Amino acid sequence: MEFEIFDLGQVGFGKAWRFQKDIFRIVQSDLFRHVLVLCRHDPVITVGRRNVNKNIKVPRKELRKKRISVYEIERGGDVTYHGPGQITAYPVFNLNYIKKDIHFFLRSLEGLAMDFFRGFGIKADRREGLTGVWVDNRKIASVGIAVRNWITFHGMSLNIKKTDLDNFSLIRPCGMDIQMTSLETQLKNELDIDKVNAAFKEKCREFWGGPWRGPR
Amino acid sequence: MKVVLPELGEGIESATVSYWFFQKGEKVNEKDDLVELTTDKATFNLPSPCAGTLTEVFFEEGSTVNIGETLAIID
Repeated sequence: MEFEIFDLGQVGFGKAWRFQKDIFRIVQSDLFRHVLVLCRHDPVITVGRRNVNKNIKVPRKELRKKRISVYEIERGGDVTYHGPGQITAYPVFNLNYIKKDIHFFLRSLEGLAMDFFRGFGIKADRREGLTGVWVDNRKIASVGIAVRNWITFHGMSLNIKKTDLDNFSLIRPCGMDIQMTSLETQLKNELDIDKVNAAFKEKCREFWGGPWRGPR
Repeated sequence: MKVVLPELGEGIESATVSYWFFQKGEKVNEKDDLVELTTDKATFNLPSPCAGTLTEVFFEEGSTVNIGETLAIID
């Protein structure tokens, strides 16, 4: 499968969100069939359509002090946190050309993350009935998508740096009392996010670049 | 014309209505976004299959709809 990659680097959520919507229109017009947007966000909490603001545990005033923005957005799922120590992948893929199956696409995203972490020697897996990718009972990658006319947007974030994990304590991630982990935490080693990002980009090209690979 | 919840993928048996873009009695065009639905980790839209008036809405926001059930009628 051919797809374009746009890597926005570290960027505010609002800017990346607008960019993603512009890309969505481009994919809808068939100018590009599939586009992958990669970025790392300034600290932000996003609330999906399950829209349970009670899962943000601290007052907005405290979030403002920490310079963490809050956005209510159109993806599925509950509340999550994004920060500069994560890699966020927004595949704007036209499933009309792949397979019109929402679960198949979600499982493919998880498969990509599992493959990527295995490259670092980390055994990351799915958990029955829960979306996302886990190392034992700790979540290392979160998934939440939106689909319009079978074109996807939003996507997946992978926890790379351990520095961002503290901010997950401000919320109940995905509306659950779960613990998060990161690649650094698992490796017990400091990582250069730019190098990890470059490796992830290569993994995306390998994983989706050939014939379409769904769940594994 | 009946607006039916189509197949969304293997293992997906139902979805929750999260937002109606139109209300009963309003006119819609073919392919207008009619309703947004949610599964556990995905939201998706259902476009109007034809132009007409939304005469019946069978599921309110927050209700669960099974695949194959009729969500609304457009005349």
